[in-house]
Amino acid sequence: MTDRFAGSNLTCVRGGRLVFKNLAFALEKGEALVLRGANGTGKSSLLRLMAGLISPAEGTITWNDTSIASDPQTHAERIHYLGHKNALKSALTARENLTFWAGLHSTGATVGDALDALDINRLADLPARLLSSGETRRLALARLIANKTPLWLMDEPTVGLDQESVERLANLVSHHRTRGGMVVMSIHGNFPLENSRTLDLATRS
Amino acid sequence: MNGFRTILVRDLRLALRQGTDAAMVVAFFIIAIVLFPLGLGPEPKLLARIAPGLIGVTALLSAMLSLERLFQQDYEDGSLELFLINPNPLALQVCAKIAAHWLTTGLPLIAATPVLAVLLNLPTEAMPVLLLAMLLATPSLSLLGAVGASLTLGARRGGVLISLLVLPLYIPVLIFAVSAVDAVLLGQSARPHLLLLGAILAAALPLCPLAATAALRQSAD
Repeated sequence: MTDRFAGSNLTCVRGGRLVFKNLAFALEKGEALVLRGANGTGKSSLLRLMAGLISPAEGTITWNDTSIASDPQTHAERIHYLGHKNALKSALTARENLTFWAGLHSTGATVGDALDALDINRLADLPARLLSSGETRRLALARLIANKTPLWLMDEPTVGLDQESVERLANLVSHHRTRGGMVVMSIHGNFPLENSRTLDLATRS
Repeated sequence: MNGFRTILVRDLRLALRQGTDAAMVVAFFIIAIVLFPLGLGPEPKLLARIAPGLIGVTALLSAMLSLERLFQQDYEDGSLELFLINPNPLALQVCAKIAAHWLTTGLPLIAATPVLAVLLNLPTEAMPVLLLAMLLATPSLSLLGAVGASLTLGARRGGVLISLLVLPLYIPVLIFAVSAVDAVLLGQSARPHLLLLGAILAAALPLCPLAATAALRQSAD
C-alpha cells in the first residue's frame, strides 16, 4: 500500500485573522514538500495543522483517505514534529533528553545511533544547558532519528545550524526519503533537496 | 502505561536536579507554621485548639505555591506541544505529571507535619488522624490544582490567577480535613470526615485529569 498524505480546501484562522484559505497539498511515499513564503504567511500554522496540534477552520487533512482528526492517536504514531522550540530540559543531559522523547514512542528506539547521526555523541553526557544553540538544535533533530516515523514535519529546521550540520541534515532527509519517508519543511534560505515540490504561501491566490 | 512511567521518572529526576523548587514548598510550610506561635503567643491550650486549622490552611497555601511550575516549564520550552501529539493518551500523561507533583510536594508536606504538630502542641492521640487526613487531602490538592494550572497557561500573572481559581475549589478539602482532626479532639469519630475526604479524592481522580486535558488542548491554539 502506498501512503498518501493530503489536504484539501484548507482554511486556517488564528485569533480571528484569516491566515490562508483554499489550500491543498498532496504527498506520497518518498516525496518532499518545501513551504516558502514571507513571515506571517502561515507556514508554521500549516505545519501545526498537519501535526494535528490545531484543527482547520474548513477542509480536511487525510492519510490514505482517512481524516487525521478521526484518529489522532494513530496519526501521532506516524509523525515527528519539530517546532521552533526544542522541547529540551536544561537540567537533563543530552542523552536523557533524547531517551525521554524516544521512550514516549512505542517503536524501538536507537538513541546511540541518533546521537551519532547528528554528531553529538561526544556531548551526550553534558547537561543540555551547556550546549550551544546549534548543538541544542541538533539534539532536537536527533529525535527524528531515534524513532522511525514515516512523516517528518519540520519548522525551519536549519535555524542555528552550521554549514556542515545543514549538509548532514540534508543527507538524513534524503536517506529518510529513499526508505519511503515523507518530509514537509518550511525554510527561508537554501537547503539542498532533490526532486522536491515547493508550496509558496505568499504567491498563492 | 509506558508513557506514564517515562514522564513520572523524568519529572522526578528534574525535581531532584532542581531540588530548590520542592524544598522551597516545605520550607514555606515550616516557616509559616512557626510564625503563628510567635504572633499569637506561646499559650499551649490556644495553639492546640487551632493547630488542625493552621496546619490545614498552611499546607493548602504551600501546595498552591508549587502549582505554577506544574505545566509552565513544559509550555515554555515546547514539551507540551509534543505531549499533545505523541502516541500516548494525553490524560495518562497528565496523570503522570500530577503524580510527580504529589510525590514532590504533597509527600514532603506530610513528612514535615508531625514535627509541626508537636510544635503546636497538638495532642498525640490526634496525630494518626491528622496524617491520614493529609494523606487523603494532598492528592486532591494536586489534582484540583492541575486544572487551575492548565487553565492559566499563557496568561499574564498566571500565578495569582491560579490562586483565585483554585482556592475556592480547595475549601471542601480543607473543611473535611480539619473537622476530622477536630472530631478526635472532641472525642468523636473521625470516620465520616475521612470518608468524605476519600470521596472527594475518588471524584477528583478521574475528573480533574480530564478537565486538565481539555484545557491543555486549548493552550496549543
